[in-house]
Amino acid sequence: MTDHKNNEVDQHSGTQTTGHEWDGIKELDTPMPRWWLLTFYVCIIWAVGYWYVYPAWPTFGGEGIRGGTVGASDWTSYKQLEESQAEIVARRAVYQSQFDSAPFAEIKQNEALFAFGMAGGKAAFGDNCATCHGTGGAGASGYPNLNDDDWLWGGTIEDIYTTIRYGIRANHEETRYSEMPAFSEMLDADDIDVIADYVVKTSAGAADAGSSTGAEAFAENCAACHGDTLKGMHDFGAPNLSDSLWLYGSSKDDIVAQIKKPKHGLMPSWEGRLDASTIRQLALYVHSLGGGEE
Amino acid sequence: MLKHHKKIEKNSILLLIFTVLVISVGGIVEILPLFRMETTIEPVKGVRPYSPLELAGYKIYIREGCYNCHSQQIRPLRDEVERYGHYSLAAESMYDFPFQWGSKRTGPDLARVGGKYSDEWHVQHLTHPQDLVPESIMPGYKHLAHRGADLDTIAEDMKVLRTIGVPYSDDMIKNARRDAYAQAADESDYHDGLEERYPKAVYRNFDGEVTTTEMDALVAYLQILGTLAELKNYHSAPTTMEASND
Repeated sequence: MTDHKNNEVDQHSGTQTTGHEWDGIKELDTPMPRWWLLTFYVCIIWAVGYWYVYPAWPTFGGEGIRGGTVGASDWTSYKQLEESQAEIVARRAVYQSQFDSAPFAEIKQNEALFAFGMAGGKAAFGDNCATCHGTGGAGASGYPNLNDDDWLWGGTIEDIYTTIRYGIRANHEETRYSEMPAFSEMLDADDIDVIADYVVKTSAGAADAGSSTGAEAFAENCAACHGDTLKGMHDFGAPNLSDSLWLYGSSKDDIVAQIKKPKHGLMPSWEGRLDASTIRQLALYVHSLGGGEE
Repeated sequence: MLKHHKKIEKNSILLLIFTVLVISVGGIVEILPLFRMETTIEPVKGVRPYSPLELAGYKIYIREGCYNCHSQQIRPLRDEVERYGHYSLAAESMYDFPFQWGSKRTGPDLARVGGKYSDEWHVQHLTHPQDLVPESIMPGYKHLAHRGADLDTIAEDMKVLRTIGVPYSDDMIKNARRDAYAQAADESDYHDGLEERYPKAVYRNFDGEVTTTEMDALVAYLQILGTLAELKNYHSAPTTMEASND
């Protein structure tokens, strides 16, 4: 502590000492730099102003949104959010209501509305869909590729819209639902093998007579959903087995596994999580990825 | 004034008294707001304590350090709300001890991840994230699939949480173990009781395996995140807050 009776000045630095001495070593009493002190005082004044303008102190009464002082500016982060969202809503408003009320066919004709929907769809796809279907919509094993023209539940914009909105095997009353039975309980291994053989060969484009027993077994067990020509049926989400596109692998082993104990994907229902307009934008975007049907 | 300071320095009792006075100012400033805690938790319907299986998942979430890369806090900022959904409310984490708000987003925020992806996706993704998201740098957690969930002591955890204010009832604690196994099963006679005690609980065999694994518990926890609070008509403005509470 400074001893104010002490006026000793250190000869080397020209600074006053505190008067404390330990074994001949003296302590300098260097004053705070002026700029530092000024900044310190300005900060204190700033804080007082801040308390006045912004919510700062808890209070014992019930006033204020959160039981504290409200501040002269009446600022809350929720209000700030509302304001910044209003800005975006206003910017979107130019096309929003027109987009929401126009049928998809009309949107596709209208360049500006199409661009509006595609921009929104692309952003929403990146946030919500890319995690399973891939950034470019190329899918992964078990998660359908959205770039090709092979659709499980239909590839028109309306079909895609329904799939996104209600999901597949999702937690929604209107969800698309189907389940392939596990044929390991109904057929013996030989039959499954014959059917898998038949499917593999047909898918590869070879329709030789050698698989007639396979064709018979297929017609008996599988054709009800997958069709006589293996083209599948959108109504049941039954995949097309005649092409070279496979959700769970194209090898015979993969197909045998799928017949025995089928895997079923789940697409979440997006109604409620995304607003109605965003779902329409997504349908438009996904439809345009390459394989959309008319 | 500085002259008088010398007196304090030389009188230990005086020094003690003044030290206590100064420290108590700091203490009051830190402690008083805690007594007004209820004013910081918004009234919102639907938030309930975790079910036993979800609680087991929550513990795994902490054990594996998920919070190091994932936050659970959607801030009231436009870009976050646009991406993740409704901003988080304090009420949504009021039964988390400790809360999992996190402070770093190497991965995305998980506050509303519940229901966003399928169980199968979560299992595959936790096992080897790059299978589904090639650009991901998240490590795999495949050991979760081989470890049985520790559900024998989950009732004890619930008792401890009850002492610090989580409203677990005697009924909940008594049925904890049974509820936990029932929630990880596609079919169980105990689902009705589970749903009664924990509304909106999702129950199914999350990982597709016969045993109830840590994977089941973690996925059950992830699938409930952000889905409990009823936010559809929630407004933050003070006048409408009352309305949303009735």
